[in-house]
Amino acid sequence: MSSDAELVDPDVDLRVPAQRRELFASHGAVLIVISLGGGLGALARYGLARALPTPSGGFPWNTFLTNVIGCFLIGVLMVLITEVWSAHRLVRPFLGVGFLGGFTTFSTYASDFRTLLRPGTVGVAFAYLAGTVLAALAAVLVGVWLTRTVTGAARNPERAS
Amino acid sequence: MTAVLVFAGAMIGAPLRYLTDRMVQTRHDSLFPWGTFSVNLAGCLILGGLAGAGAALPAPALALLGTGLCGALTTYSTFSYETLRLAEQRAYFYATVNIVVSVLAGLGAALLGYAVVHASLA
Repeated sequence: MSSDAELVDPDVDLRVPAQRRELFASHGAVLIVISLGGGLGALARYGLARALPTPSGGFPWNTFLTNVIGCFLIGVLMVLITEVWSAHRLVRPFLGVGFLGGFTTFSTYASDFRTLLRPGTVGVAFAYLAGTVLAALAAVLVGVWLTRTVTGAARNPERAS
Repeated sequence: MTAVLVFAGAMIGAPLRYLTDRMVQTRHDSLFPWGTFSVNLAGCLILGGLAGAGAALPAPALALLGTGLCGALTTYSTFSYETLRLAEQRAYFYATVNIVVSVLAGLGAALLGYAVVHASLA
């Protein structure tokens, strides 16, 4: 997410009120859609966690699925908006930074692992630890590859940087 | 009610992640995704601390700050995508380091936050 379009344009002179207003207007819109997207993504994560409760000491399938699905979707989204379409400037902040960023979680992943790290469930803890990393990386790779294949967008993957 | 708190927490966490990422990235001219690393580390530490408080923390506060704020502050999707981008740019060393260091540091931060808060409340 470090590579999105620069918000602070070096050509903007903050001493000029009109340019200042323009800068804050663009900043504001980006932050609002990120905030909304993040809220909706977190709600989706919460809903999935409610639908698939983890029994004590069990494999946290809800967080696992959330993260793997979110990684697959970011792969699809990034190819679509950087290699296939020229998307509106608020699409990535809303869907990528906001929704998928709010949907997936690293903190619950770490916290789930810590909870499982006790006699009797150490095996589950490490299976979850490694399983999530491997499945998440495979999911983003599949998402990117599948979208490039379907759209024929593999011409120039370097463009996405 | 819980859903509202989760939504509200995430509405703060997500833009906080974006602003932190931008602030960190502009200060590091490096391939390594320090911004995402920083928010993930911070979120793991805070959520660890919230978990360490156990029953001392009311359930609505956990929904707002834990599920909402920390959940949206941290991200797995950007972590995976940035790792893939590093691999696509043939920066295999950075890609590997990103995976290993993010996971180990995140777990360490969660354990540390938990231990410190748990001990201080005991």
